[in-house]
Amino acid sequence: MDPSELYAEVIIDHQKNPRNYGELENKDKEVKLTNSSCGDEIFLQVKFDGDRIQDIAFYGRGCAISTASASIMTELVKGISKEKAEELYEKFVEMARTGKAPSSELKDARVFQGVSKYPLRVKCATLAWHALEKVIE
Amino acid sequence: MACRPESDVEKDFPILSTVFEDGRRLVYLDSAATTQKPKSVIERITHFYESENANVSRGAHKLGAIATSEYAKARETVARFIGAKPEELIFTSGTTESINAIAYGWGEENVHPSDEIVVLVSEHHSNFIPWQQLARKCGADFKIVDVKPDGTVDLDVFRKAVTSRTKIVAFAHVTNTFGVIHPVREMIEIARSKGAVTVIDGAQSIPHISTDVKEIGMDFLAFSGHKMLGPMGIGGLYISKRRVNEMRPFFTGGGMIDNVEDNFTVFAHPPEEYEAGTPNVAGAVGLATAIEYLEKLGMVCILDSDRTLLEYAYKKLDKIEGLTLYGTRDFEKRIGVLSFNIKGVHPHDVATILDAHGVAIRSGHHCAQPLMKHLGIFYTSRASFYVYNKKEDIDILVDAIKDVKERFS
Repeated sequence: MDPSELYAEVIIDHQKNPRNYGELENKDKEVKLTNSSCGDEIFLQVKFDGDRIQDIAFYGRGCAISTASASIMTELVKGISKEKAEELYEKFVEMARTGKAPSSELKDARVFQGVSKYPLRVKCATLAWHALEKVIE
Repeated sequence: MACRPESDVEKDFPILSTVFEDGRRLVYLDSAATTQKPKSVIERITHFYESENANVSRGAHKLGAIATSEYAKARETVARFIGAKPEELIFTSGTTESINAIAYGWGEENVHPSDEIVVLVSEHHSNFIPWQQLARKCGADFKIVDVKPDGTVDLDVFRKAVTSRTKIVAFAHVTNTFGVIHPVREMIEIARSKGAVTVIDGAQSIPHISTDVKEIGMDFLAFSGHKMLGPMGIGGLYISKRRVNEMRPFFTGGGMIDNVEDNFTVFAHPPEEYEAGTPNVAGAVGLATAIEYLEKLGMVCILDSDRTLLEYAYKKLDKIEGLTLYGTRDFEKRIGVLSFNIKGVHPHDVATILDAHGVAIRSGHHCAQPLMKHLGIFYTSRASFYVYNKKEDIDILVDAIKDVKERFS
């Protein structure tokens, strides 16, 4: 298998310069999730404006796949409603697990379609999204 | 005796002729996790199920007699390999079960509040958690001895940690993370001088280093068959004669009794006492065949080949910038385990890209989180070598590492 698909330019870019990386000054909620197979952790912080995700940030320790996925996820959900974010979560997780053609709504996150071919890495790609689901529940 | 060249040994392992869809061949460098199996072991297991399968020590029929006799022969072979008597060798499912059998079977009977249990920070979780849990249960102190940044143990630090209160000292002869060989004789001598019982995790040492339990003098030794060319699900537990009367069986049930009454049971003598239920007979005969194979290769040749490959890898990798290699550079204290990190690249990404080159390695914390946290590195990539690996495998590994660097630069 050619890893160039998995390690596409956009992924390397987000890994090197993760967006929304760090801590929020006035967060409403924070969750921490751990990937038990490698000990990686992600902290996800959000600031809500009613039902809307007003601001979001993450930090932690992770591989290129999990860091890039977290970075892209935060870009996607910043400013949208919790309900819409939940919908994207379900779409992303389904795509990452099955490799099914993704909805255009996933935008840049579609680069993770190929991760399903690497079953041991699916967890890396979905970690930030699981954190998102937890933080908005 | 001349050693067989690795490229010749490789031919005995059917799986190593694997060629992937993209035309690349399998370069298997994950033997510290589990080893591949030679044809003779695979055929021995098949032969057992085709011609000898029956339960042991139970039926009076012909097959039962054959299976019982083959199982006994396997025990003799495995026991002889570590310098033990057959009755001192218990078959278990592997190192994890062996260590738990000691923690529950000996530990719970003998450890009391205010006692100490001493381990090294570099232990695999399977030789760490059982002791941590035993200490909690018995109200004993759980003491963790630091190792040096190069993974070796400082004997002065170790000596100070073991006191007259120390009941158990448990450590791996060889670490699974960096492949560092600890000075097992000196450490056991220190422990014994304080009256402590010694438990040796031999999962990584038994496959690589000729071991004589009587000469080393440990009380307990645990090891796994699948890390020494044998099948998964079989392993050994050596219990020295001086400890066997101080423990109770961890499991009770069929095949381990002399007599059962309504209110009490008289247990059989060891080893049966510690092997409740139907044993893994195919696993035991497979392991015995693996040992015969290792003995033919020669344990000296195996360790030699390990070190030749490790030194060769170091020479090539030292030239690559941004690479950290873990473990002492005194190769006399190492087996064929190469733990490394590439600056700025997570080991999971390293492993995925190496996999695309056909190279199988392990990445992560290697079930040794206390050590990783202690050293502040969280995880490494680990390539590990065994009897079938050759210099060409290292060349492919090095090229793949260069590719990782390029992709992430």
